[in-house]
Amino acid sequence: MYELLKNLGDWLSSGEQWTGPDGIAHRLTEHLQYSLLATLIAAAIGLPLGLLIGHTGKGAFLAINLASFGRALPTVGLVVLVFLASGLSMTPVYVALVALAVPAIVTNTYAGMTAVDPEVKDAAKGQGMRGHQVLFQVELPLALPLIMTGLRLALIQVVATATIAAYVSFGGLGRYVFDGLAQRDLVQVLGGAVLVAVIAVALDLSLSALQRFLFRHRTA
Amino acid sequence: MIQFDAVHKRFPNGTTAVHDLTLDLPEGGVTVLVGSSGCGKTTTLRMVNRMVEPTSGTVRVGGKDVTEQDAAELRRSIGYVIQQAGLFPHRTVLDNIATVPLLLGHGRRRARSRAAELLETVGLSAEAGKRYPHQLSGGQQQRVGVARALAADPPVLLMDEPFGAVDPVVRTQLQDELLRLQKELSKTIVFVTHDIDEAVRLGDRIAVFRAGGHLVQCATPTELLARPADDFVADFLGAERGLKLLSLKTLAEVPQGPAPQGDWTLVLDAARKPLHWASKDAELPVRPLKDTDSLLSALNESLASPAGLIARVDADGVLTGVSSREDIHEHAGRAHTEARVAA
Repeated sequence: MYELLKNLGDWLSSGEQWTGPDGIAHRLTEHLQYSLLATLIAAAIGLPLGLLIGHTGKGAFLAINLASFGRALPTVGLVVLVFLASGLSMTPVYVALVALAVPAIVTNTYAGMTAVDPEVKDAAKGQGMRGHQVLFQVELPLALPLIMTGLRLALIQVVATATIAAYVSFGGLGRYVFDGLAQRDLVQVLGGAVLVAVIAVALDLSLSALQRFLFRHRTA
Repeated sequence: MIQFDAVHKRFPNGTTAVHDLTLDLPEGGVTVLVGSSGCGKTTTLRMVNRMVEPTSGTVRVGGKDVTEQDAAELRRSIGYVIQQAGLFPHRTVLDNIATVPLLLGHGRRRARSRAAELLETVGLSAEAGKRYPHQLSGGQQQRVGVARALAADPPVLLMDEPFGAVDPVVRTQLQDELLRLQKELSKTIVFVTHDIDEAVRLGDRIAVFRAGGHLVQCATPTELLARPADDFVADFLGAERGLKLLSLKTLAEVPQGPAPQGDWTLVLDAARKPLHWASKDAELPVRPLKDTDSLLSALNESLASPAGLIARVDADGVLTGVSSREDIHEHAGRAHTEARVAA
């Protein structure tokens, strides 16, 4: 056990491990690129959907059930399925990651919208705001803390799952995990896993801190 | 200014909120809609700015049918204050007040300077403008709600139980402030409350509603208290409605004279301002009254005062004379009779 940890330490701290096309720096950048793009696409789908459902109150059933659907979705299965349908490209990876991220974004956006005090919405309408003004000037800003929570959770999930890109021969930190498994190199597997865990936790903490700073004027 | 013409409102669930209402509210002055909960007073108010649409009949503001106007524009032209103020928690107090001017497309700078002006009008400090609503007390939030409604200087102000959620002391303060503001601004105000005392204090006219959305009586407070239309109104006004009537009459016409000799004498200071009542071996506080004070407070003071006398003072607090319990009582009785026989 001690041997393993020591080897892991050496692996992570050796200079050559960090450079080159198979280096940690490059793999990390790839990993973050996949994750950010997938989360952005998911946000482009999930945010309007959540806002629409929250504003109109129609389709609440969808928003609520999407959450459990998202949890039940087998990500690797989805990658394989889309891979078989579309052939070798990043498409299956993005489809799977987006499918993973959308539910968290939709349900949190919807929850944020429904948590807006009806009295405040009524007052906004009564002052003469039109539907879109109520949405963008009142509901959206008030739902923003929960919307950001949804985006943060989605991003963390995607970062943790983006290792599957390597499963279909692309890059990212998953490379170490899958290559390590193929080469029976446990240190490399562990190194990849630790790196994924560390950036997931670091992102979570820093984004939480950002949220607290941005919404410091809000009451609970 | 505001006309309801055979207005009927039935909600989708089948309940009738307002039943065949015909009511004409003249320009200027405060009309209070009063009644127990579920009597349709709030629905009536909300039909003025189209927050609720009538099932049948017409509501006109300034002669124009409200349903023929764009709803958002109509609402911007009518001030609206609700219970709990309904302030936007993510905007500063100043930006809350600036809401309607901004919606009307006035520049940010102009809207903010107008908002700062109103902050003063409703008795808040400039510093309060930078705070967020949750940092203010309930009473202060209500003031902001009033300021927001006044920001675009609308001729009509709708107030839906605006002081319902604050404690009695603050409520009285806010009522006084509203009366003071109304003296300056002369808006056409429609005010909803379930509190008959608030209605009597604020209303130039009071419209009493009964469950099922029926308007039972619309009259001046004096008329209402002196001649309730039926038992329902009389019950609603309560057993002390005779005393409430006295709260509307002033002391001005009650005769006064020099203090008579007796066991108790009124002690004055050098400026002839009353200090207290004194007898051979005791002292009791005095509460001097001005001509503008009500007959009710005069009656109350005459009961509390040891010699049955009230001290009358001018605006500066200088003694002008005293009035006896008997004079006040007789005058109160006469005020009642006059109100009851007046056509």
